[in-house]
Amino acid sequence: MTLSAPLRARSESEASRFPALLARAEQLAGTVLLGEHGRRRAGMGDDFWQYRPVQAGDELRHIDWRRSARSDTQFIRQREWQIAQSVTIWVDQAASMRFASGDDLPEKADRARLVALAISILLNRAGERVGLSGDEVPPRRGEAQISRVAEALLREGEADYGAPQTEGMAAHGRALFLSDFLGDIAPVREALTAAADRGVQGVLFQVLDPAEESFPYRGRTIFESVGGTLAHETLKASELRDKYLARLAARKDELRTLCSKTGWQYGLHHTSDSAQSALLWLYNAFDGGHGR
Amino acid sequence: MIIGPIGFTVPWLLVALAALPILWVILRAVPPAPIRRRFPGVALLLGLRDDDSVTDRTPWWLLLLRMLAVAAVIIGLAGPVLNPRDEGDTVRTGPMLIVLDASWSSARDWPSKSALLDTMLAEAGRASRPVAVLRLTAPEPPVFQSAESWRSRLSGLAPSAWAPGPGDMAQAAAVLGDTSFETRWFSDGLAREGRDRLLQALESRGPVTVHESAVPVLALTPATVEDGTLQVTARRVSPGPAREISVEAHGRDPSGVPRLLATLPLNFEAGATQATGALTLPAELRARLTRFEIAGQSHAGAVTLTDDSLKRREVALIAGREDREGLELLSPLHYLEQALEPSADILDGALMDVLPANPDVIVLADVATLSGAEQAALLEWTEQGGMLLRFAGPRLAASDVARSEEAPLLPVRLRAGGRSVGGAMSWGEPKALAPFAESSPFFGLPIPDDVTVSAQVMAQPDPTLADRVIAQLSDGTPLVTRKRIGTGQVVLFHVTANAEWSSLPLSGLFVQMLERLAVSSAVALPDLAELQGTTWQPVQVLDGFGTLREAGTLPGVDGERLISDMIGADLQPGLYEGPDRRFALNVIAPDTELAPTTWPARVPVTGLERPPEAPLGGWLLAGALLLLMADVIASLALSGRLAPARAAITGIVAATLLIPGGAEAQTQSDRDKALLAASEVVLAHVLTGDPQLDEMARSGLMGLGETLFFRTSVEPAAPVGVDLEMDELAVYPLLYWPVTPDQPIPSAEAYVKLNDYLRTGGMILFDTRDANVAGFGASSPNGRKLQRLAAPLDIPPIEPIPDDHVLTRTFYLLQDFPGRHSGRPVWVEAAPPDAEQVEGMPFRNLNDNVTPVVIGGNDWAAAWAMDSRGNPLYPVGRGFSGERQRELAYRFGVNLVMHVLTGNYKSDQVHVPALLDRLGQ
Repeated sequence: MTLSAPLRARSESEASRFPALLARAEQLAGTVLLGEHGRRRAGMGDDFWQYRPVQAGDELRHIDWRRSARSDTQFIRQREWQIAQSVTIWVDQAASMRFASGDDLPEKADRARLVALAISILLNRAGERVGLSGDEVPPRRGEAQISRVAEALLREGEADYGAPQTEGMAAHGRALFLSDFLGDIAPVREALTAAADRGVQGVLFQVLDPAEESFPYRGRTIFESVGGTLAHETLKASELRDKYLARLAARKDELRTLCSKTGWQYGLHHTSDSAQSALLWLYNAFDGGHGR
Repeated sequence: MIIGPIGFTVPWLLVALAALPILWVILRAVPPAPIRRRFPGVALLLGLRDDDSVTDRTPWWLLLLRMLAVAAVIIGLAGPVLNPRDEGDTVRTGPMLIVLDASWSSARDWPSKSALLDTMLAEAGRASRPVAVLRLTAPEPPVFQSAESWRSRLSGLAPSAWAPGPGDMAQAAAVLGDTSFETRWFSDGLAREGRDRLLQALESRGPVTVHESAVPVLALTPATVEDGTLQVTARRVSPGPAREISVEAHGRDPSGVPRLLATLPLNFEAGATQATGALTLPAELRARLTRFEIAGQSHAGAVTLTDDSLKRREVALIAGREDREGLELLSPLHYLEQALEPSADILDGALMDVLPANPDVIVLADVATLSGAEQAALLEWTEQGGMLLRFAGPRLAASDVARSEEAPLLPVRLRAGGRSVGGAMSWGEPKALAPFAESSPFFGLPIPDDVTVSAQVMAQPDPTLADRVIAQLSDGTPLVTRKRIGTGQVVLFHVTANAEWSSLPLSGLFVQMLERLAVSSAVALPDLAELQGTTWQPVQVLDGFGTLREAGTLPGVDGERLISDMIGADLQPGLYEGPDRRFALNVIAPDTELAPTTWPARVPVTGLERPPEAPLGGWLLAGALLLLMADVIASLALSGRLAPARAAITGIVAATLLIPGGAEAQTQSDRDKALLAASEVVLAHVLTGDPQLDEMARSGLMGLGETLFFRTSVEPAAPVGVDLEMDELAVYPLLYWPVTPDQPIPSAEAYVKLNDYLRTGGMILFDTRDANVAGFGASSPNGRKLQRLAAPLDIPPIEPIPDDHVLTRTFYLLQDFPGRHSGRPVWVEAAPPDAEQVEGMPFRNLNDNVTPVVIGGNDWAAAWAMDSRGNPLYPVGRGFSGERQRELAYRFGVNLVMHVLTGNYKSDQVHVPALLDRLGQ
């Protein structure tokens, strides 16, 4: 009883956050209008693609009598081929994402979840199968999948810096990695290589806080990671600024070259910008992929 | 321990100052503490090194700041006291007697005296000394009690409005008893009889210390009238340097509220003990005076009360015939006017008109018959103390008044016809006056030789005649007779008031006789003989601080004591009411002498002030706190972390500047409001304080604005509500003022603004919103409120809007001005009386102005009101006729705004014939 009460309270509060996140994500997704994207070729689907004259081997029931009546030949109405792809999303749940430099800024994790869920909703509406990396939420379609994704996204990881998971990634599917990518770069490289090996293409989306871009610190400071495992003391923080920015730029460059080698796309988002811009960029990145 | 003027309560704490150098060394070695930050990017920082280390030693000035703070804390805790009380020599033992003069002149310093007394009693209480208090104005045998019990009664000890007399001093010396005690004497600084004897009696029982204020006492003597001005004299006890004081004259305003009526500056020359000034006041103001007071001296001696003696008499002059225009010297009233004008206020008018003004004297010059009502009213007035002065003349001589029996308003019966002596058709010389008898009020006046009487009315011999004659001719015939009626009197001069019958009005004697009869002169101070046997009841008495209090149940006093006795407990200064007048008994009589006390050299005299003990610990600790705060900021600045702190500091600074900043912002927003109104046409409504009504007025004006926008070239901006107290009005062409019974009356300044607004072409539309159900007989609450609101406004005469007023055709042709109601009369400025309809013109040439007010009760704003989508907010009438009424209301609004903006432009057609004529057509 003594244990269950806080557990109950915590789960209540977690559950109360969950619809909020879902609602925000729905709202965000509502800003991007789309239907099911066609394959630009005839096939199974609901949308009209073209009329073509009847050829040998066509079934009679496929003849479009209304079109055929207007001419001498008979036509078959073809529909556009629509298929679904699997999209696997990895959102960094590590402690480093739970950081916001100001009260008016959201945490990086919050923004990453929001964007991930919103793109999930969009992809789901577009008929794709969406899932999270790992074994828990494999890619599926349907509204219920969105709830499962949202629930899984709210979990928080213990580690200080996260590493991408490649398990559960469907071959020749697509993937989205959302993280700040400030930790060790080696797991990222491994994950991307593995994904490229399995024919998975995707998007690497770096979410950074403005403070991480500008480093507005001065004076004698001890910097600690959010999880508290790393610490660095300096007597004059302002002196470190240029060196830090150089390292950050090097990290971004590294990610970019990694992406270009593996055929992924690299995106950068700051929590001070609107979530909608991130969503639009991501949506274009995925849609552009289809178009190719 | 005492260093200079500063003592320490815990001096050994100062030893800690020795630790300061050690602190210096420790503080020097410690660099500023680091700040811990969460930062995910730390992974990228790992392995970076600082180029050069920031100062790891605290700079010397920061050290100094901290040392100062610590030193301030140490010294502050050591308990420094400025002017520590040196208690060594004042501690005595044994009983203590506190002698208080407790007179009016002690009242000025009473707060400091009681403060000193309080500390003295507190000290005596700590030393367990029994204390007794002796008040010289009410001497009682001293009862020695604990100091604490006296302390609790301290607030009940108040100074009296009188000074102890010789009897009081002697009694005080007698009741002292045999015990020996120490004496503290709180003197009031005025010398008086018996002080030396009391001092000796006190010294024989123990040491005496005198506490006396060094500031000389000021006193005011009663004001007197000289040459029509008020002479005000102030005295001071001892001559000193030149000094200016101001004397305030207090009285009641016409509504009876006490007010400061005038201020008179008085200058004491250096070395002078007396300062006199003259105050000239209009008679009405003078009649309302109640007291004079030296400003800033709160004691009874600086206050003098006024009674009837300062008032000017009001004399009503009524003549029997006023029809001889041009013959001024023959006017029956000419000589009276000349005699009375310098010293009295003359009322003119019909008898029944002046009687309600209750004049002091009514003069009837050759008035024979009075109507029944006049006679009854005059009789009643006379019985209540009026003085009726009658003069004979041809009419009186020719009339039948008082022939057979005594008339109530004539002192004697008169014989028919009168007599004429010394004329062409008579024997004898004109008669001279006989010397006045001793019982006559004129007794003692010198009789000039050239005063002769050539004609007079004759008194019928009568048993009472001898008593009633107060002046007679040399042959013994009565010239002036008097009869008392009730508390008033009737006096008859048996000659005319002009020089027709005698040369008396030409002589100075005439003026003196009028003065003696108290016609012209102010009421003279009553003398001893007059006061004998009368009883005077105190109405209001002064307390020691010069405040008037109701006398309550104080017993009446005999009249002669008012003049002969010294004031005291049974004859308190104040206002006394006697048989037919009031008498002001003041603390300072005109002959009161003030002299400073002279104490023998052996008696120590100290002032009332003691340098107060000032503990400095709090200040030092507060200073240390301030230093430490400065240290916080300096440390932040040094470690480069002031940037985030800067926002907080800005916030604090902004918060401290908030109040003046708020005022500035207020005026700024006012200016913006006025600027907006000046750059657009803005309709305005007066804020009434009723939010619902204000909203209605706003939406009404908005609806009218929309209508104007659609139909005319007037395109008003959004309407605003104006606060009459704060806002600039000149920028608004039209003020809509809905009237509610409970809206506040604007202040006087606001009315000044409103009047300026009206005079410079503004218009106010008053709307009582009650359909004018009661007419402007003002029996509806809104109508009454409107009258009160508009009373101070400078509004010209108004009339119901005439059919040819320009308001009926400025845009639409209108004959009705409905709003939500359709009451007919709407009032505007009246047409000039000479406006006439010209032949062939449909309307008159009316005012060449915009009417400053339009007054009605049709609730126009409600008819105009629309919401933001243009839907009407309030229903008007029913069905189509209601919509028609609303349309007419809009048209009235359009016409009104057009009238305000274009003036009488539409009236100019009246000039068309003249213009055509001039063009030669």
